[in-house]
Amino acid sequence: MALSFSLRNPQGLRDLAPGLIAMAALFGTTSMEAIVITFEKRVGAFERLQLAPISLMSILVGKILGGTVFGLIISIVMSLLTTVFLGANIYNLLEFILILILTSIAHSALGAVVAVSVKEVFEAQTLSNYFRFPMIFLCGVFLPLEKMPITLRYLARLLPLTYSVEALQITMLNASGSIGLHLMVLAGFCILLTYLSSAIFIRNLE
Amino acid sequence: MKAIEVIELTKYWGEAIAVDNISFQVDEGEVFGFLGPNGAGKTSTIKVLVGLTNPTSGHVNVAGYDVVKEPTKVKKRIGVVPDSSNLYDELTLIENLEFVSKLYHIDHELREVKINELLETFQLEEYRNRPFSKLSKGLKRRTVLAAALIHEPNILFMDEPTSGLDVMSARALRELIKKLAKSGVTIFLTTHYIEEAGQLCDRIAILVKGRIVIIESPEALRNKVQGIPLLSVEIEHTKEFNIEGLQGIPASSIRQSNGRILIQAQDMQETLKALIRVAEENGVKVKEVQTIKPSLEDAFVQLTGITVESMTMEVPKNKSR
Repeated sequence: MALSFSLRNPQGLRDLAPGLIAMAALFGTTSMEAIVITFEKRVGAFERLQLAPISLMSILVGKILGGTVFGLIISIVMSLLTTVFLGANIYNLLEFILILILTSIAHSALGAVVAVSVKEVFEAQTLSNYFRFPMIFLCGVFLPLEKMPITLRYLARLLPLTYSVEALQITMLNASGSIGLHLMVLAGFCILLTYLSSAIFIRNLE
Repeated sequence: MKAIEVIELTKYWGEAIAVDNISFQVDEGEVFGFLGPNGAGKTSTIKVLVGLTNPTSGHVNVAGYDVVKEPTKVKKRIGVVPDSSNLYDELTLIENLEFVSKLYHIDHELREVKINELLETFQLEEYRNRPFSKLSKGLKRRTVLAAALIHEPNILFMDEPTSGLDVMSARALRELIKKLAKSGVTIFLTTHYIEEAGQLCDRIAILVKGRIVIIESPEALRNKVQGIPLLSVEIEHTKEFNIEGLQGIPASSIRQSNGRILIQAQDMQETLKALIRVAEENGVKVKEVQTIKPSLEDAFVQLTGITVESMTMEVPKNKSR
């Protein structure tokens, strides 16, 4: 995909950087959650955590933060690569770090939602792909939102990756838009998806 | 106060019923055994009691607290030894114990003292820096038991604690369980080893297809079948002999065990005559006949109608739990 962009518009490859960084965070976090939670459930280690006098929400937040750290590492590596090889700029480092953190938490929580819903690692990975691949095409990673049909644009507004990509475009490409609003929406996704993962897990206890 | 109080507990997994309206109480300091074949509902019951799953209906109080309404208070007071050794493979024995003690908010100084005490009690000192994955099954079970005791629980739940262990490790673990019972810990033990339940438990509940068939002390269980004589018969080629051929004999149960045929019958005279007649008809020679005292295993077979062999038979997991 990146190669086709490069061939069509060699100078525009830099514009892909925000999407690539957000995508790295998406794949890093969701893969990590899919592996860690389902594997620990399988070997009984997750059950041991459940038996301790700590709330289920605390356990899930811990797992989500674990995935977040991994997502941050992957997205920072991708940021360095795009800066060195594509000449990408970061105009506001603090904003950039905040976006990366919220992006990683939101997508790690999305990974947790998937992982608590299934039993096996391969099921979690397969189910994650049903979310991840459409998100790559819908959320402005490669194709700008304004060039999409109106229905898909509305659909994109329901997905956290859209806000991550747009926020990174604002801070890396000086694109127009409110960083504050995007950060708030991402924070909302973090809370919503964490609660959703907890609710699914509690429902599975029944 | 009762350590465990279960009132009309029912648990469904989807459409399948795992536990069917059971009620029982366990006294403080008692060793209570839950005995039954695989798929009888033992693990489902224990999962409800420790708060890993919610009951479909009924009430469960553990250590004086409702398991559904106050799970955290219950979890502070219980230790659980699950049927699988579920500590982290990558961590050493000492790291695993430190991790578990942190889960129970045990402060740093006390943590070190407790861990050293447990390592000494369970004779694990020399393995303290060995990764969990490198320990033998017996050592793993001992480590899991140590981890379950790190916060000094009042009640210990043990799910098939000696399952899969060699004879010596199982014996060592049973001795540890006896020591714990003497120290006043209430123990709730599930097992499908009948003699193990007989050795360790003050009372035994026999669970069949999700229902409690009987709750008695091992001695009372034996006494229940004491009045019915048991014949131990050795015939030529006992192992190859098909006991289907003895169907016509007047007996309440006929089974094969350790190369002998065990026949339980009210009228010994009639049974012996019929046995010799059937043996002659089949062309086999009766080598020895003994009258023996019924064991706990005999009591179990008599009371449940389940063969001992079927106790360890595998059942599909989604139906069993």
